[in-house]
Amino acid sequence: MKIGLFIPCYVDQFYPQVGIATLQLLEKLGLEVNYPLNQTCCGQPMANSGFEYKGENLIKMFEENFQKYQYVIGPSGSCVMHLKEQLSHVKSHLADGVFEICEFLTDILNVKELPSEFPYRVGVHSSCHGLRGLRLATPSELNENPSDKPGTLLKMIKGIQLVDLNRKDECCGFGGTFAVSEEAVSVKMGTDRIRDHELNGAEVITGTDMSCLMHLDGLLKRQKKNIRVMHITEILNGNNEVK
Amino acid sequence: MVSHAKNAEKFTKDLEKVDWHDATLWGARSKRDLAAKSIPEWESLRTLASQIKENVLANLDEYLLEFEKNALLNGAEVFWAKDGEEHNKIVGDLLVKHNINNLVKSKSILTEECHLNQYLEDLGYDVVDTDLGERIIQFAKQPPSHIVTPAIHVKKEEIGELFHQYIGTEKGATDPQYLTEAARGHLREKFLNAEAAITGVNFAIAENGGFVVCTNEGNADMGANLAPIQIACMGIEKLIPKAEHLGVFLRLLARSATGQSITNYTSHFFTPKKNGKLYIVMVDNGRTEQLGREDFRNSLKCIRCGACMNTCPVYRKSGGYSYGYTIPGPIGSVLAPGRDDHEYASLPFASSLCGSCTNVCPVKIDLHDQLYKWRQQIVKNGNVDQSKKWSMQMATYIFEHPKLFRFMGKTARLFMRLSPRFLIYNSLNKWGKSRELPDSPKQSFRDWYINHKIR
Repeated sequence: MKIGLFIPCYVDQFYPQVGIATLQLLEKLGLEVNYPLNQTCCGQPMANSGFEYKGENLIKMFEENFQKYQYVIGPSGSCVMHLKEQLSHVKSHLADGVFEICEFLTDILNVKELPSEFPYRVGVHSSCHGLRGLRLATPSELNENPSDKPGTLLKMIKGIQLVDLNRKDECCGFGGTFAVSEEAVSVKMGTDRIRDHELNGAEVITGTDMSCLMHLDGLLKRQKKNIRVMHITEILNGNNEVK
Repeated sequence: MVSHAKNAEKFTKDLEKVDWHDATLWGARSKRDLAAKSIPEWESLRTLASQIKENVLANLDEYLLEFEKNALLNGAEVFWAKDGEEHNKIVGDLLVKHNINNLVKSKSILTEECHLNQYLEDLGYDVVDTDLGERIIQFAKQPPSHIVTPAIHVKKEEIGELFHQYIGTEKGATDPQYLTEAARGHLREKFLNAEAAITGVNFAIAENGGFVVCTNEGNADMGANLAPIQIACMGIEKLIPKAEHLGVFLRLLARSATGQSITNYTSHFFTPKKNGKLYIVMVDNGRTEQLGREDFRNSLKCIRCGACMNTCPVYRKSGGYSYGYTIPGPIGSVLAPGRDDHEYASLPFASSLCGSCTNVCPVKIDLHDQLYKWRQQIVKNGNVDQSKKWSMQMATYIFEHPKLFRFMGKTARLFMRLSPRFLIYNSLNKWGKSRELPDSPKQSFRDWYINHKIR
């Protein structure tokens, strides 16, 4: 199984520990993983701003970088969803090979246990593109049999206490350039999500997308709250130091 | 040009009101969830409704003629209006022709869209909206802020003040029971004296020429049954092929809107009353154009339940008026640019693209995908800031050149680590107004990977 590691541009630059956790987690599960060195951005920020056409070259670059891999795995539901859509537009064979890390672990690897420990109260932020786009879990709006891939994985972690939220999958208001172009609403949405986690006693907020967590973390730090954010791969990989 | 972001920023300043608005609408969403989950076949009902509407849109011309033919056989008179102006003139002329002095009107978002009230008031009519919420905002001289609950933004204290001013309730009264009873007494007199009643239409049935109006207050029935003349105004997309299809749509409508299993009153109208008249005005007002837009035609499936507004966190936290269009929220943001993509260019961007709207829509309109597509269209048509265009151009160039990307990333991180706070947190940094930026690590993931895995 040849695995290409896709690390979103902002994770590469600002959250190297998330890339490292993703890589280590996959290696612990016995996989051979390579990180193609010339990757940059999937093109989503431009596309969501109305400039989808500007991403054409970026998708070509993605195909070149990852063409020799059977699976491409990334720690982001949002970027992976965008890649899947764009790759299927250009009829690339990679469209079916790109996976968000949690769905890869549950659906392809069928992971049943993880040796990690994380003795904290954890609130899960269900990022919208992973949730509603990739169906990592059943969205609360739908009358369907419930499934929850990130939750299934987190429940394998020793000592973890998952907290129930009042609104279990409401958007945090990051939304890419929305966070800046609709600053006031974005901040209010994020503040309200934090309040929900706080009211239910979360010590750590985790999720599948560092972008939402970056937004929430920015608010938490400014509001001097004692809640930390961690990407789900950090917890699954056994990083149990909460900074 | 409407700026949703600016309007929203104003709305968010009153935190207490935002929280109340948000909680009230979230309440409607929660009731909708319970109702939807009480029906095992909910998701297949949505699919079915979407397919029926698909058929309607594909054969709209035939269904419209079939409906007209059957409505005429029932004794109704049918008018066609190509836009709001024509619609208003038809209604106004009918009122003049019948020497109407007193008229009542039940809720119709179509007439709001056409600005009928203003037109009739300019002709000298006192238009009495009989839906309680509509009456409240009429007193307040405001348009609706939501299509199902038009006065959802008004608090009971404000209603008490309006009622004191207009219908003589006690000053300072805020008891909902007292205020509602006062409104009931006030409206009862209007109903009894009405010579004409204007209603909307929820569903028009092609096979029998009848139509259905859904209300919770019974005000449409009261108006239509007391006044000798009824004028029903409908958008041309309101058709369904057969009466049996009501079994699909009526089950979806109220559950999606308020979580009720059905509206309190579901009234079927077929014929004029004895010595009375029944007029039906069918309005296009941009619908044919929207039908011709392949990416956006699905928006015409809308049955105006308001579920997308109730679930939309942006709507809940920015209020209906921030959209500056008769129909706010996700569906409004898809419809408005179809009318004027310059004026309403900001609306498709008033969304985090979370997709909750698409999931609650009872007729499965791909709302968030349409918002995404409008963004592409708006940029293509040039309705976008130069500064945004340049920044996107620059970002793309950087991402297309991996070495440059790495250099820029490293430089930015260095700058963020070493600069004094005021250089980073200032009026140019909108992110940093209420949020901290992430820490800037010395090493990128790529740097770490080369050090640990390749060397």
